[in-house]
Amino acid sequence: MKVLIGFIKDAVISVTSGSLKYHIWMAFLTFLMLCGAYAYSIQIKNGLIVTGMSDGVSWGLYISNFTFLVGVAAAAVMLVLPTYILKDIDFSRAVLIGEGMAVAALVMCLAFVTVDLGGPARIWHLIPGIGLFNFPNSMLSWDVIVLNGYLFINLTIPLYILLWHYQGKEPKKAVYLPGVFISVFWAVAIHMVTAFLYAGLVSRPFWNSSLLGPRFLASAFAAGPALMILVLGVIRRNTDYWVEDITLNKIALVTTVAAQINMVMLISELFKEFYFPTHHSLSAIYLYFGLDGYDGLTRWIWPAVIMNLIATIMLTLHPLRKNPFFLKLACLILFVAIWIEKGMGLIIPGFIPGPWGKIIEYTPTWIEIVVTAGVWALGLFVFTLLVKIAIPIELGQLRFHQTATNQP
Amino acid sequence: MNAKNPSHSMESCNENCANTADLSISTLIEGMLAENILSTPEKTERDLEVLMERNQEGDGWNEPTDQVIPSGYQQMVQQPVNRRTAVKIVAAGLLAGAGLFQTACSPFASAEAREKAQLNWEEYFKGNFRLMSDDEKEATVARLERLYELNTGKHLNISAANALPGVLYGYAFNISKCRGYMDCVRACINENNQDRKSGMQYITIHEHKKGQINFEHAEDDFYHEVPQEGHFYIGTQCFHCENPPCVNVCPVKATWKEPDGIVVVDYDWCIGCRYCEAACPYDARRFNWADPVIPEEEVNRNQHYLGNRLRKKGVMEKCTFCIQRTRTGKNPACVEACPTGARIFGNLLDPNSEIRHVLRTKKVFRLKEDLGTEPKFWYFMD
Ligand code: SF4
Ligand code: SF4
Repeated sequence: MKVLIGFIKDAVISVTSGSLKYHIWMAFLTFLMLCGAYAYSIQIKNGLIVTGMSDGVSWGLYISNFTFLVGVAAAAVMLVLPTYILKDIDFSRAVLIGEGMAVAALVMCLAFVTVDLGGPARIWHLIPGIGLFNFPNSMLSWDVIVLNGYLFINLTIPLYILLWHYQGKEPKKAVYLPGVFISVFWAVAIHMVTAFLYAGLVSRPFWNSSLLGPRFLASAFAAGPALMILVLGVIRRNTDYWVEDITLNKIALVTTVAAQINMVMLISELFKEFYFPTHHSLSAIYLYFGLDGYDGLTRWIWPAVIMNLIATIMLTLHPLRKNPFFLKLACLILFVAIWIEKGMGLIIPGFIPGPWGKIIEYTPTWIEIVVTAGVWALGLFVFTLLVKIAIPIELGQLRFHQTATNQP
Repeated sequence: MNAKNPSHSMESCNENCANTADLSISTLIEGMLAENILSTPEKTERDLEVLMERNQEGDGWNEPTDQVIPSGYQQMVQQPVNRRTAVKIVAAGLLAGAGLFQTACSPFASAEAREKAQLNWEEYFKGNFRLMSDDEKEATVARLERLYELNTGKHLNISAANALPGVLYGYAFNISKCRGYMDCVRACINENNQDRKSGMQYITIHEHKKGQINFEHAEDDFYHEVPQEGHFYIGTQCFHCENPPCVNVCPVKATWKEPDGIVVVDYDWCIGCRYCEAACPYDARRFNWADPVIPEEEVNRNQHYLGNRLRKKGVMEKCTFCIQRTRTGKNPACVEACPTGARIFGNLLDPNSEIRHVLRTKKVFRLKEDLGTEPKFWYFMD
């Protein structure tokens, strides 16, 4: 108990003190969050009418981002697996960062689902026991369970490890290893369940495909580690926390393979839709080429496809991947490409054309964009806090006994 | 051949077909019959039997429950809740209720304001309608009526009537008769207190060119004189599927199929996630993107809890076969309003009903039957 109190105290001190750069960064995020909160208050007051959504396209930017971030959250497992189970020590320094990223991504996921609700005040109807939970029929109820479960796992394991390191002790494998095993399965589960959320809808042929789940996994295992490489780059530059090149290279390899598999699946999807287009290919036609003069998504998807291609090629070529500059560039391109593809490129065309063939297009409003920015800022804020606590402990700068003597 | 009256064209086409479009419709339908897409009376009869059997078995949810399952607010009051959940409940309530509560406790607030706050508070914590006992249903209806009276000074008549025993509603639409007058749409809007501002409609009338039944090429918003030469009309709305995908996906069971086959939404339980809207293959669901606006004098005051009572922003709604009318033995408003008699409604379990007559004697079909949703809404031609 004493340890915990000391830990919290130290954590607070650690997150409130930092370089000027750090403070500017946090102030900037806070500003974005406040803007988001303001935009959300307008949405609460007037209803979802202030968004670009309609009965035609009833999910938009929020659910797109949610879908994408589930992928980022699950990708942390790509680092957890080798570290704890295969005992690949090269990854061990990155793994806590990965878990922090998972927590931040999950916080964003839950926030995106909440801002998308028409009646957020009635959200207690979802709490099993006092509400009424449609389990196991509704995939959304599955999603609520797996997301919260994953959040719990990814909070407890690092907390346990940090607390033990904080006391200068070695965490016991028997305690955290089972948790790690569960989290590996769980990470795949949050993906599959989120994919099934869409794949289970017979009314939307664009989603109702068995490839949706696997493609979710592949693109997530590309986007997540790509983000990881970028983040580790920033951390290496700004803190004493040194992650070896070999770790980065290994993560880059994961990204590369996932990006390649993702490419293969994209091609197989395109083949199916366009070799002999049927009535069910209309959404894909709309997405890539436009339909009946409506082509609101083509200007999103083509840059995404091209960026995806470029990034995959860059990663595949050894000399480029080994070069830190090109590696980071490729990761950035890949991340943005998958964000477009998994977000706008997956959710919106599912609704177009509508069940009776009517085309209603969707463009996000400024309110949606500001709220989205606010939620992203929230995620980055959470992530920065977590890293700010974890790094000094991992570096051994923050220890329990020091607190006891220095700060009574 | 009279293009304006397609009803004759079907039979007379073989002898002398002046209108090639009509010819292609009839060949189309014969083809569909051959491929078993279109039901024959025998097949429909078989389908119906399956439907009824399934309905009698019930899925547990559909049984009218005499047993009281407390939920929501009731659960909170009646059941010994452990401390932790109690704290959670209170916290959730405080979030929404703090303002109300303040009014309720404030010595300066009028008695009316205090009563209103109290009623709102109880309404917020009530449970899902399906799980309420009849007493609880009456109580919430009384609260809603009182709240409306406090807000507007006018009286509402909200019913909480349960499904009648031995009833399973079905609907048939005569394609040869519909001429796109849209009287059904207007009647529906007035009857069901739909948002006038967004122009919400439960019914869509699709104007098809003769020669094909292809909804993609149909015109859904037409502003011209009807019936148009060379066109025919098909209306769609919620089909009250016997196997409704929309019900499956709702995370909080805010929408369900009643024992009389009507698929309803509990507007006070819906959290507005719009999953059901994505799941409906027939574009039947409508969301309240903003607070609905209905001029006070146009409000239909004869309401049902699961039907046309006033909605709020952020909840889902849809056609309920005019539950407020049909459970008192009347026809839905659209059926009553249709000047051509294209709409037929009735009890599928009653062998002498008009709907059963149609299913027995006409060649009927349903839309997107390949999805297995089993709509209780059939189309036919004279
Ligand atoms: S038509 Fe749509 S809303 Fe109506 S019951 Fe079927 S799936 Fe549900
Ligand atoms: S919008 Fe309402 S009725 Fe539809 S799935 Fe969500 S909670 Fe259920």
